[in-house]
Amino acid sequence: MSAAIALTWRQYRLERRMFWRNPSAAFFNFVLPLLFLGLFGAIFSGSQEDLDIIVPGIAGMSIMTTTFVALAMNLVFLREQGVLKRLRGTPLPSGNYLAALAGHAVTNTAIQLTIVIGAGALLFGVGLPHDWLMLVTFVAAGVICLASLGVALSHAIPNFDSAPAYTNAIFLPVIVLSGVFYDAENAPTVLRDIAQALPLTHLIDGLSAAIVTGASFADHLDDLAVVLIWAALGIVLAVRGFSWEARRG
Amino acid sequence: MIPTVDTAAPAILVRDLHKSYGNVHAVQGLDFEVASGEVFGLLGPNGAGKTTTVEVLEGYRRRTSGIVSVLGHDPGGRPRALRERVGIVLQSSGIYRHATPLELVSHWAGLYPSPRDVDEVIALAGLGDCQDVLTRRLSGGQSRRLDFALALIGDPELIFLDEPTTGFDPAARRAAWDTIRALADLGKTVLLTTHYLDEAQALCDRVAIVKDGRILAVGAPAELGVGASSRYRVAWRDESGEVVSRETDDPTALLHQLTSAALARGTGLADLSVSRPSLEDVYLELTAEAVAEAVGAVEAEPEVEEAPR
Repeated sequence: MSAAIALTWRQYRLERRMFWRNPSAAFFNFVLPLLFLGLFGAIFSGSQEDLDIIVPGIAGMSIMTTTFVALAMNLVFLREQGVLKRLRGTPLPSGNYLAALAGHAVTNTAIQLTIVIGAGALLFGVGLPHDWLMLVTFVAAGVICLASLGVALSHAIPNFDSAPAYTNAIFLPVIVLSGVFYDAENAPTVLRDIAQALPLTHLIDGLSAAIVTGASFADHLDDLAVVLIWAALGIVLAVRGFSWEARRG
Repeated sequence: MIPTVDTAAPAILVRDLHKSYGNVHAVQGLDFEVASGEVFGLLGPNGAGKTTTVEVLEGYRRRTSGIVSVLGHDPGGRPRALRERVGIVLQSSGIYRHATPLELVSHWAGLYPSPRDVDEVIALAGLGDCQDVLTRRLSGGQSRRLDFALALIGDPELIFLDEPTTGFDPAARRAAWDTIRALADLGKTVLLTTHYLDEAQALCDRVAIVKDGRILAVGAPAELGVGASSRYRVAWRDESGEVVSRETDDPTALLHQLTSAALARGTGLADLSVSRPSLEDVYLELTAEAVAEAVGAVEAEPEVEEAPR
């Protein structure tokens, strides 16, 4: 058991090192959400109401970039390059490898959220989260949901050249629709209905309650349910389509 | 190196192996054995089914039918105990681009229960001068040496090399051959695929010539030349200056006739030569026959793609 953990830890550390040495990946995963936070924080600096929306919104977006976007891009690259196939020929068990990849993504999520929530408390007057248990529960559900959907998306992307197009075609509309930058309740009905079907909307609702409003957990169980339904769908699609090799020809 | 005759079980055993992708029959009934300590080559043109066969043995592909045993395991279930004892050099595979060979070989060492010494493997693979260079800056030859190093670090008993020198310049090929010979000297079993005859001849204890998913001939490179067509070719230049050649099973008798006749005429036999068919002749003869058969067949097999799906 401890040997299995040591193996996962070893692979996790390699993934961490590789991540920080790749400037473009580090930028997309790390700097972009923080840049958005800084920009919108400055734009909305006069309005606490807007700041209260942008902080949980960017927190939700951070979860999406560090899991969904990062895993989709990363897996397409590793698969196309043949790194996955090569690793599959070693004694490293698939489970340990995937755990290391997931751990790597979750580490990024945790660092990002610490910065976003910390900045919310220190710079944007949002204060510290009201309900830590609710915060951790929603973050965990969001990570499982968006990570598995990211893995599932990687199966649909034909090659690495098209990976940014595929991921952004989903990521950009979703962050706008889900109310990262404004209160989704104020959008036109059609867009609001679409947003209601998306997991990020409900994740941000839950984060908003935990961080900003302090609404009770019981009132947001329906949000958690939507995120978990998407998570179940994501897990099924991620596992069913998983391939260690690129499709050729 | 002479293969140790198997008192023990063979390292690899393949019986009536079939592998189809849809209605494309990439491998159509292969039989061969590789003894422990032997360097065995699958030689054949592109699309012959070499890579498919090797990838079945490596556990990457499920066979359609047949019996396969690798170091006593069925590779189909990819048992970890087998992966710990096997090293794989794929035909082409990438690696983390932001790591150095030294870091990667050290990391890979941690994936195996009893790895070889990292510095020793770096030296054996010839990576000493680029061990601290990021892999994305390595040349093609250096990347291939890294492939070797990563396949060797676990101290495998059996090493698969899928077209290990394709695309190499002559110097890099020689260097790779030296590494493969060093593996054989260490007593490792090696299964390699190649479409280079000289490579098969230079490295392999035994060679199987593969075409369209079937084995056309198996044997030591020298034996294959003699065994598959046991004929000698006698050639000379006649009075008009034309080169005449004749094939015979009994060159002694033919030479006696020729030389007697020449002596009786009082002329010489210019450019007289006696040769045995080389591996190349056998290869060309066998693969050409297979082509003729396929063309002649009522339902010709489609050209088999080596890449699956």
